[in-house]
Amino acid sequence: MHDKTLTELAAGLAAGEYSSRELTQSLLARIERLDGSLNSFITVTGEQALEAADRADAARGKGEAGPLTGLPLALKDIFCTRGVKTSCGSRMLDTFTAPYDASVVEKLAAAGIVSLGKTNMDEFAMGSSNENSFYGPVKNPWDLAAVPGGSSGGSAAAVAAGLVPAAMGTDTGGSIRQPAAFCGITGLKPTYGRVSRYGMIAYASSLDQAGPMARSAADCAQLLGAIAGHDLRDSTSVARGVPDYAADLDAPLSGLKIGLPREYFGDGLSPEVEGAVREAIKVYESLGATVREVSLPHTHYAIPAYYVIAPAEASSNLSRFDGVRFGHRCEAPADLIDLYKRSRAEGFGEEVKRRILIGTHTLSEGFFDAYYKKAQQVRRLIRQDFLDAFEEVDVLMGPASPTPAFDLGANKDPVSMYLQDIYTIAVNLAGIPGISVPAGFAGGRPVGLQILGTHFAEARLLNVAHQFQQATDWHLRRPALAEESA
Amino acid sequence: MALEHADVLRAAHLARLGLDESEAAHYLDDLGRILEMVDQLQGLDTEGVAPLAHPLDATQRLRADEVTETDQRDTFQRCAPAVENGLYLVPRVVE
Amino acid sequence: MQWETVIGLEVHVQLATRSKIFSGASTAFGAEPNTQACAVDLGLPGVLPVLNEAAVAMAVQFGLGIHAEIPEVSVFDRKNYFYPDLPKGYQTSQMYQPIVGPGEVEITLEDGSTKRIRVHHAHLEEDAGKSLHEDFHGMTGIDLNRAGTPLLEIVSEPDMRSAKEAAAYLKAIHSIVTYLGISDGNMAEGSMRCDVNVSVRPAGQEAFGTRAEIKNVNSFRFVERAIAFEVERQIELIEDGGEVVQETRLYDPEADETRSMRTKEEANDYRYFPCPDLLPVVLDQAYVDHLRDNLPELPAEKRARFEGELGLSAYDAGVLSASRAMAEYFEGVKDVCGDAKLAANWVQGELSGALNREGLAIDDSPVSAVQLGELVARVKDETINGKAAKQVFQALWHHEGDSADAIIEAKGLKQVTDTGAIEAMIDQVIADSPAQVAQYRDAEPDKRGKMIGYFVGQVMKASRGTANPQQVNALLKEKLDALC
Repeated sequence: MHDKTLTELAAGLAAGEYSSRELTQSLLARIERLDGSLNSFITVTGEQALEAADRADAARGKGEAGPLTGLPLALKDIFCTRGVKTSCGSRMLDTFTAPYDASVVEKLAAAGIVSLGKTNMDEFAMGSSNENSFYGPVKNPWDLAAVPGGSSGGSAAAVAAGLVPAAMGTDTGGSIRQPAAFCGITGLKPTYGRVSRYGMIAYASSLDQAGPMARSAADCAQLLGAIAGHDLRDSTSVARGVPDYAADLDAPLSGLKIGLPREYFGDGLSPEVEGAVREAIKVYESLGATVREVSLPHTHYAIPAYYVIAPAEASSNLSRFDGVRFGHRCEAPADLIDLYKRSRAEGFGEEVKRRILIGTHTLSEGFFDAYYKKAQQVRRLIRQDFLDAFEEVDVLMGPASPTPAFDLGANKDPVSMYLQDIYTIAVNLAGIPGISVPAGFAGGRPVGLQILGTHFAEARLLNVAHQFQQATDWHLRRPALAEESA
Repeated sequence: MALEHADVLRAAHLARLGLDESEAAHYLDDLGRILEMVDQLQGLDTEGVAPLAHPLDATQRLRADEVTETDQRDTFQRCAPAVENGLYLVPRVVE
Repeated sequence: MQWETVIGLEVHVQLATRSKIFSGASTAFGAEPNTQACAVDLGLPGVLPVLNEAAVAMAVQFGLGIHAEIPEVSVFDRKNYFYPDLPKGYQTSQMYQPIVGPGEVEITLEDGSTKRIRVHHAHLEEDAGKSLHEDFHGMTGIDLNRAGTPLLEIVSEPDMRSAKEAAAYLKAIHSIVTYLGISDGNMAEGSMRCDVNVSVRPAGQEAFGTRAEIKNVNSFRFVERAIAFEVERQIELIEDGGEVVQETRLYDPEADETRSMRTKEEANDYRYFPCPDLLPVVLDQAYVDHLRDNLPELPAEKRARFEGELGLSAYDAGVLSASRAMAEYFEGVKDVCGDAKLAANWVQGELSGALNREGLAIDDSPVSAVQLGELVARVKDETINGKAAKQVFQALWHHEGDSADAIIEAKGLKQVTDTGAIEAMIDQVIADSPAQVAQYRDAEPDKRGKMIGYFVGQVMKASRGTANPQQVNALLKEKLDALC
């Protein structure tokens, strides 16, 4: 059961081939058996999962099952889950049991989805390798020496390893798309505001967006339909109807206009990754699409702009972790300032502190205009690049990451780590949707093709990705896990 | 805009992050290089470009003035490090 | 040397919304600690703010009430600092694009003259919680019920030149917000608090002196006293060769002095930036127009109407329009009795005197506006005379009857205007007072006027106060002079 897509599992449940309880038990056993070496879960909620599975089976028995009822999934540990530890990958929240459900969690539960647990992640979603977790790094199921990408690395690894058919991630600068690419799965970052951020622990509020990670674009379409929509509790969520994302999956691609941003095929791109991406483009041409080169002239400024805006927002968002109402509190504080300084120094890891310091510095008196205001101006130029490009083409395509998954510990320097996100980060600044789909291998590690669309073009992206998956089988490849062969 | 040791200590203090001297020195190096990377922005002419705070140019929706929340103090305080008589406790604040 | 005082006020007004500015928790005062602090107010991980429509409407109403510009777009910013009563580590406020632009408030001084004080802007923000310093084993307790209560911060220009002007300005703001019904204005419960910026400069000098900010002054009286103390302190300091330091000070009402808040003196850097969880607030013209059309009459307009239309003196118009409760009471009395001047005299005389004696607010008056109006109507139509009216008022005050008419009836206070009856009483008094009549007759004619008082008193006594005093006077004079 572990290598099936959600769509296939839904058919199995509907046909009565297995119950949700059986499916859940089987996957829980697999997690138990295999996750020791992967470390993709922080918390496995077996008991709650079985209860939810029983409810799903009961609903099915009464003929009340929906299309997602009884299907299992995992949640990135950034989503508040009532009664369950919600750590955000941080020592700061190691003892935090969320007293409420995130909007995404509520919606999934309402659809009858069974959550198996909370997946590992870079602390507070800050990272591109999942090496910044208080709970230790996650391993890439394709090669245990490699990182799974980040920050939704646990979700990506769990799906790739067949521990769950799908997982929820969040993407602030590529945190769904890059790990999806590194682990050979499909990951969608929706338009900013498409999915409620309520209950999703904030990293950078104007960039954060939740999205599905699964084995196919069709599965992502199902899940996006379940989590998208307006939420009165999130002022930035968009009041706009939710289409049936699966409706147009099979639309033919003849006449599709694909743009290849010149800047996404330049220096620093691994030749093997470029080769795989160009092969994928050929597949699209064979499906009737036309391809032309376009330019996103401000691409080069996306990482600098991001490393002003995201840390600035983060420095403020993370001020609430002060050891007073929840979270880590140091032992025997001498006074208030000691309580703050030690609780936060002990509770936060190195990368989080680095970004808090950067954000605090760039917002401080005398620097605001030169950094923050400037970065927001550049942000407008970057968005305009995309809007201009979408006047000419339907979608943009390119690599999700300049290299395949790198080795654990290989990237020690923060700046060179940041530069890894060159193809994903501008998308968050512009707020447009993007999807990464498996498109081959480089040195035995997966390569992701990134497809971008204009605001609210998710249905189109899913259609374009799905057609590729009808023509290729990269998304069906599974890693051979050592424990399985043994 | 060169970063100095004192800038790191100042930011750490504003952010209430305890850093000792050697940690501060370590961050000075990292932060200096990050800011150097960020300084590329200064090379771009943005004269007359309006800052973009949100990607969608949307406007704020307003909530009706209704009391929708009930008392959940016990639930919320279950995850608190120190409470007494319903109050969160902190080391004495001197006014 | 002559010194001039320069004062600017930042007034924080808690808006009278049911729920908080960014959450659905109640704003009711006095609940058990932290029972009205919801997930959003506590700043739990993952929560988000959603703006309360009523807070926006109230802020705009205030702006319209001070004839301010209402910008189409306003933006919320985060003011970042750590304090235990500030759950998120930042206060959501408006730094760069406030909801209310420049406006002005007219204040009335004790001599009846008026002065315009410019308001720089007013912005919306969230209130903080409270720190309780009772002993919890040397710890401070934090109650976050107040956190997230909507505040309108009204920032004046440094236009005030004396403590009295500052107090008058604060009263004017109080009166505007209570007229509008956007705040209960209860200073004792902290619904209105103010920070005072004070500096002094040699008279005639244009440049401002260095100012001190006195934080959290919470009564009209304390504002005056805190400024008086601070002005004296600054002048003494400068005259002794010292310099005023720009700092935050605290007014201690018990010691009646201001003190430097040294513990908070470290340089703050609030790192304001636009709150990414909230979007720009855009107010369309129709919305603002709708609020403008439904604005109640405000104190300045009311005062002008009382003076112009009702013919009250400037002083009476000022006093009676000072608070919405007072104005409503007065207008209630006036509407029932149909005489604005009589109504004004009674509200300011008998009623205010009685209220002051018992320390009651007008809302707590035992005599309702309708009851007083009916009483005044009986004075106006001469059913009772002034003396009897005071008796009726006392009876109403002590709930001895429900209406003036019932009390007049029960006590037989109806004025006697029948000339025959009054003449009979006068004849009797003259007959009973031969000695006084003789004195009257022997007196110089210009002294007789004073002497008639005795006879009036006797007649009034005989009528148990019900005789019409004017009639008594005229008839007495006629009869006595006939004897001379």
